[in-house]
Amino acid sequence: MEATDVTQKYDFDVVRWFSVATVVYLVFGTFVGVFIAAQLAWPVFNFDSPYLSFGRLRPLHTNAVIFAFGGCVLMASAFYSVQRTCGVKLWSNKMAWFTFWGWNLIIVLAVITLPLGLTQGKEYAELEWPIDILIAVVWVSFTINFIMTIATRKSSHIYVSNWFFLGMMVMITYLHVVNSLAIPVEMFKSYSIFSSVQDAMIQWWWGHNAVGFYLTAGFLGIMYYFVPKQADRPIFSYRLSVLHFWCLMFGYVWLGAHHLHYTALPDWTGSLAAAISLAMIVPSWGGAVNGMMTLSGAWDKLRTDYVLRFLIMSLAFYAMSTFEGPVMSLKVVNALSHYTDWTIGHVHSGALGWVGMVGAGAIYHLLPRLWKTEMYSAKLVNMHFWLATIGIVIYIVAMWISGIMQGLMWRDYDEFGTLTYTFAESVSAMHPYYVMRTVGGFIYFSGAVVMLYNMVMTIRQASREPQMHTATAQA
Amino acid sequence: MADKIHSTKFQDKMERNVWALLLTLMLVLSVGGIVEIVPLYYLDDTMEHNARPEILWQPKEGETLADWKPGDGIRPYTGLELWGRNVYIREGCYLCHSQMIRPFRDEKERYGHYSLASESIYDHPFQWGSKRTGPDLARVGGKYSDEWHIKHLIAPRSVVPESIMPNYPWFTENMLDVARVTAHLKGMQTVGVPYTDEDIAITAAAVEGKTEMDAMVAYLQVLGTMAKLDHGVVYRE
Repeated sequence: MEATDVTQKYDFDVVRWFSVATVVYLVFGTFVGVFIAAQLAWPVFNFDSPYLSFGRLRPLHTNAVIFAFGGCVLMASAFYSVQRTCGVKLWSNKMAWFTFWGWNLIIVLAVITLPLGLTQGKEYAELEWPIDILIAVVWVSFTINFIMTIATRKSSHIYVSNWFFLGMMVMITYLHVVNSLAIPVEMFKSYSIFSSVQDAMIQWWWGHNAVGFYLTAGFLGIMYYFVPKQADRPIFSYRLSVLHFWCLMFGYVWLGAHHLHYTALPDWTGSLAAAISLAMIVPSWGGAVNGMMTLSGAWDKLRTDYVLRFLIMSLAFYAMSTFEGPVMSLKVVNALSHYTDWTIGHVHSGALGWVGMVGAGAIYHLLPRLWKTEMYSAKLVNMHFWLATIGIVIYIVAMWISGIMQGLMWRDYDEFGTLTYTFAESVSAMHPYYVMRTVGGFIYFSGAVVMLYNMVMTIRQASREPQMHTATAQA
Repeated sequence: MADKIHSTKFQDKMERNVWALLLTLMLVLSVGGIVEIVPLYYLDDTMEHNARPEILWQPKEGETLADWKPGDGIRPYTGLELWGRNVYIREGCYLCHSQMIRPFRDEKERYGHYSLASESIYDHPFQWGSKRTGPDLARVGGKYSDEWHIKHLIAPRSVVPESIMPNYPWFTENMLDVARVTAHLKGMQTVGVPYTDEDIAITAAAVEGKTEMDAMVAYLQVLGTMAKLDHGVVYRE
């Protein structure tokens, strides 16, 4: 009875489409990642083709995983959980469909323009000005719909997951608009209005907060809805969530400058950012503890509930990378780690471990509920979990070794007081770790393929047994 | 139950009124960015040329980019160099090569004098980069011959066997379009780069018949050579 009611009561169609898109983009984004990892291990994979060369595909990889996979899972889970926590339909179902098609059009345009070399040349903000305008419009449509749905809610209070989603929406709007300010000279070429230090600061204000708000606050929104739901327990501490929410909102914004230690950026900016970066361990771990302790007294669920495994493992990676991050923002550590693969490893422990796993967990939670069936195979969910975990560990370990090795080789002096290694020697020393990274990435990618298969079979199973559901619903 | 205040009055208000929550968030989220970005525009010691104007090239009356000589100071890129820079951005070179030398002993010996903020004043956007899969390029200008660069860009492993850089054979095939280069210079003028109209006028002849390879080499060869920096001088604290 309840199942039918829920479907009639809420707008789930758009959530279904976003969920399917999420998994497709996870496979696509990680595939491009594995391919460019292989290019670094074996440059022959560049095939002497402009459209397949590393420098053009790397932005495609980052855009595919952050904006295609990340964006779709955020929109799926935000549109789903805002309806459930507010007890109302979406404010505008039509607008939600506009968001869906708009966002996917942006992704298609990215897939076309990036291999063509059409780029602003700003990391994680490569897309050119017409696409940037489209992003702003679609993002604002997402935001308005979300806010208006909350405004029409039936519950008295706004649930914590929605605070985080809202924080993300506001901040990403600020960041995207300011960082993308440019003067167009051609249809697909523009010059940023900023230069030098100011541009560097604005770019990393954007860069770090794409991580801090899009990939952290947004995914904490996912965590706050899906962990308690999947564990079937209330969130561990309400006070902790209030405290770490406001600290995170205020503090994260300041961190960008720690990407610019020892550069031409004035020292005061970097030091300020490093100090606040250290302090950010507290709110970050506040979130991780709040999520994990939700399971307190019910840890045995991890034995049988594979979806919960994804969610809890993601929090473990979140806690790990939010400890590693502040350490890397310290000037002494940064002097070694900056410009090396350590940064790449750090990003991936956050991206594959936290974002990828909490995202997959949320989608596994959604699939059976949206299609009113069971997962096709719980075993395959578990298999995905292990492939993902093993893949991440191999990836991160490879990047830790290669990153620290690079840093040490570059600054090493022999007994005559001259540099021990040429740069080229440091490049060839990286080869085994680049191979290892490709293997780790491939294992993670295989996990994504398993998920895609499991999802397709689940949806097929649901469409094959429509009568059964009606029967159960009536019973 | 629904009307019980669970925490502070402030938090309760936030949770009951989405508009109050939205406004508070808009305020809280804007602080960090404003504090860190705005002062960079008015603090004089941010850009080194405020204290040492000789870092920037000061053309005399009637001088164009053609009159500039290496060491005269930081100047806007010529049309050919700008196009080289565009190719550099198009190919995503900044993803593997930084252009920002830090003030460390090993970096000084490997790459040269630490980079100044004023050196990238005409870079829209900046190209400091964040990763050194390949070496820093901030002062690569003049270190290798043009012939070496051409060979290296077409087939990196022919000159550096350990290299993992992609081959760029298409640079020699693509010709520059005078009209496009001119339009781009005008675009740079709009964002505040001090090109004179004569600078733009002399560009047509300079880029006529040139390839992307010529542009790329011109760009790489000018990197870090514009200003003469003295190791004895403290440019920045």
